[in-house]
Amino acid sequence: MSDHNYTPSSKVGKWFNDRLPLLTLANHLTDYPTPKNLNYWWTFGGILTFCLITQIVTGLTLAMHYIAHADMAFESVEHIMRDVNYGWLIRYIHANGASMFFLAVYIHIFRSLFYGSYKSPREIIWIIGIIIYLLMMAAAFMGYVLPWGQMSFWGATVITNLFSAIPLVGEGIVTWLWGGYSVDNPTLTRFFTLHYLIPFLILGLVVLHIWALHVPGNNNPVGIDIKKPSKDTVPFHPYIVIKDGFALLMFMIVFAFFVFYSPNILGHADNYIEANPMVTPAHIVPEWYLLPFYAILRSVPDKLLGVVAMLSAILILAVLPWLDTSKIRSAVFRPLYKQFYWILVADVLILGYMGAMPAEGLYLLIARVATAYYFLHFLVVLPVLGFKEKTLPVPLSITEPILGGSPDLVIAKNDKRDAKLK
Amino acid sequence: MRNFSKIFSVLALIFILQINVNAGEKVEYLKTDWSFKGLFGKFDRGSLQRGYQVYTEVCASCHSMKYLSYRNLSEKGGPEFSVAEAKAIAASFEVTDGPNADGEMFQRPAKLSDKFVMPYENVKAAQAANGGAYPPDMSVLVKARGGGVDYIYSLLQGYEDAPVGVVLDEGVYYNKYMYGNKIKMSAPLSDGIVEYGDGTIASVDQMSKDVTTFLMWAAEPHLETRHKMGFKAIVYLIILTVLVYFSMKKIWSRVESEV
Amino acid sequence: MSEKKPKRRDFLFTASYAVGAVGVGAVVWPLIDQMNPDASVKALASTEVDVSSVKPGNTITVLWRGKPVFIRRRTQDEISEARSVKMEDLIHPEKDEDRAKNPEWLVMLGVCTHLGCVPLNDKGDYDGWFCPCHGSHYDISGRIRKGPAPLNMEVPKYEFVNSNTIKIG
Repeated sequence: MSDHNYTPSSKVGKWFNDRLPLLTLANHLTDYPTPKNLNYWWTFGGILTFCLITQIVTGLTLAMHYIAHADMAFESVEHIMRDVNYGWLIRYIHANGASMFFLAVYIHIFRSLFYGSYKSPREIIWIIGIIIYLLMMAAAFMGYVLPWGQMSFWGATVITNLFSAIPLVGEGIVTWLWGGYSVDNPTLTRFFTLHYLIPFLILGLVVLHIWALHVPGNNNPVGIDIKKPSKDTVPFHPYIVIKDGFALLMFMIVFAFFVFYSPNILGHADNYIEANPMVTPAHIVPEWYLLPFYAILRSVPDKLLGVVAMLSAILILAVLPWLDTSKIRSAVFRPLYKQFYWILVADVLILGYMGAMPAEGLYLLIARVATAYYFLHFLVVLPVLGFKEKTLPVPLSITEPILGGSPDLVIAKNDKRDAKLK
Repeated sequence: MRNFSKIFSVLALIFILQINVNAGEKVEYLKTDWSFKGLFGKFDRGSLQRGYQVYTEVCASCHSMKYLSYRNLSEKGGPEFSVAEAKAIAASFEVTDGPNADGEMFQRPAKLSDKFVMPYENVKAAQAANGGAYPPDMSVLVKARGGGVDYIYSLLQGYEDAPVGVVLDEGVYYNKYMYGNKIKMSAPLSDGIVEYGDGTIASVDQMSKDVTTFLMWAAEPHLETRHKMGFKAIVYLIILTVLVYFSMKKIWSRVESEV
Repeated sequence: MSEKKPKRRDFLFTASYAVGAVGVGAVVWPLIDQMNPDASVKALASTEVDVSSVKPGNTITVLWRGKPVFIRRRTQDEISEARSVKMEDLIHPEKDEDRAKNPEWLVMLGVCTHLGCVPLNDKGDYDGWFCPCHGSHYDISGRIRKGPAPLNMEVPKYEFVNSNTIKIG
């Protein structure tokens, strides 16, 4: 990397930097050479950072008013909504923020799938990302339990009962998770503790995720390796910062619409009924972002195998870099993969829809087909495609497909740019 | 910008999908125009005050509203009774306070800071008095029902004679909007059951609308602030987005690349 | 590049920064304000105390807004003692007549003005209160006479609803 020999200009800066090279780090981050052809799908990394920080800040403030007790949790949430100054705003940001976080993470993941960002040499970035995603699901699930509404309670009951599918020790594990013989106060307090902890684990992993990213540098829409820094790259600041900022603002407009004009549309009405261990709501569904996995769980008629299928659906992603045998990263140059990619997107959306529908009749049948296809995509289509697919010729430089035209023109333009940068 | 149209079509798709999911298995509810819907939606004060009257004279004998306090009645964005009126309302209820210096509980008139007095001591007592069915707390009832205000509004007017073949037990009534059509609450409203002070005619339709408006406010007391703040926030974001967009164009004009 | 373009760019950037800063401020305020007393706390403004059973020379302590309030029914001797103190002897000069409108009843926050401890009854060099934390002495009117506390104990807003009931706040 170019910045290893960075020296601060001021004497104090140099003194400090020799002892703790924070300025070197800052310099690395601002100068970090980024491919200049990154499209808006790449802005979701920055958007996700924003989401994480928003969740942590609003979460901390909510924790100042929330009471993690089975008798008081629901009431304390109402207290936040009614009496705490701006409490309703902070809670609605936090609740909808979870949804926005998942929306962004799904776009981020599917961007990676489309452009082959998970492939060598970026497997570690990808795997850390999958761990972050798993932790996000855990945090979201436990967070959903905290208001202690009907969906909280029964969601907690159903999800913790998944562990009872484990042979021999399953029941013991569930009792251990609950801290009793049902979901109750001990469950709530430990979920609150873990819900508070997990975001900081995610934060640490995000640092690793970015660190691992900064070793090989960003992938790009063309998917070829580029020299860094070079005419193909721009410094992170100000180019990427402002572009990420612009995309973030667009994202925030959508976010604001949810928070201010339909704050409860992504939630479930039953969660405004206080938890009642004697009555299960007619229709239990998880939050929308977990629906595809919920559909997979329900489409397998065996308890243990259902849980295994659901977990595998996530864990299979971790070995994706080795399942995909194609050397070409970007789907732009993989005409067949591109089609299968969109089929997978449709498949996941269908699974999500089926997850929200009752598990019966035609819905169940479609969910089963979609589940089968999900695994087929990763276990059969991807490995085979790498060998069979006729890929398109990959350009040598990222400037080629962007600018087109004669190479002379490209050189001329780049010279002009270099002159400007100086 | 081409990419953004893609992003937004995906967002739109997900949004529509979500709405469809929520819209599943819905019956057609009665419609009325709610003043609090929309970007600038506000409560109709008169309707809120009348709605409070309906709640307190009709519903409150069985349904609690345990998260509301009398002070809320005079707060901004609500029914906006004057402080004196709210105090008078509060003082018309008796609450248990104590223990006093002798260690005994005592009764006193309610103050603004007191929560709405509950009709029953606890859930068990409420069930015992209502044939085993607990009349749900109404503080967040509107948000706790899938159809929201339309559902409550319809339910209040949905009492009918049971169709042929439907057998109703003692103390069970037929309501075409109730889940499963069987409800343990008898039709609570009838024309003229309350007498409005402002001369509005207390038809079942009018009272349903008023009390539902009141319940909406009870569940979402900061709705007006939320709408106002939301409009400002979004206008602000759009302005900043435009500024940042042109700044971005300027910055990226230094390199020959598409933004 | 022409001369004017950098100016427009500067304006754009300045405007973006300025508008952005306003937004950050608007976001920070709710996060700070959420720690201020909430609507339910503010509503608990007053408390009523039945003082019919307090004998002369005795003090009762009641809780108001989470703080102890001393209500002392003073004897004639105590009243004359409190009223005879010269203003120049006081660290924080206040007339007893202003502190106790009804001389028989002294109502004040039982909180030492030094660092917030609760002073002890009938202790200290001035027959009033003594704060055990850092040794502040208060007289029978609750005025600071000796020690590190800078001010007299605070008299809250109160009124007699009837001859037996004091409403604080």
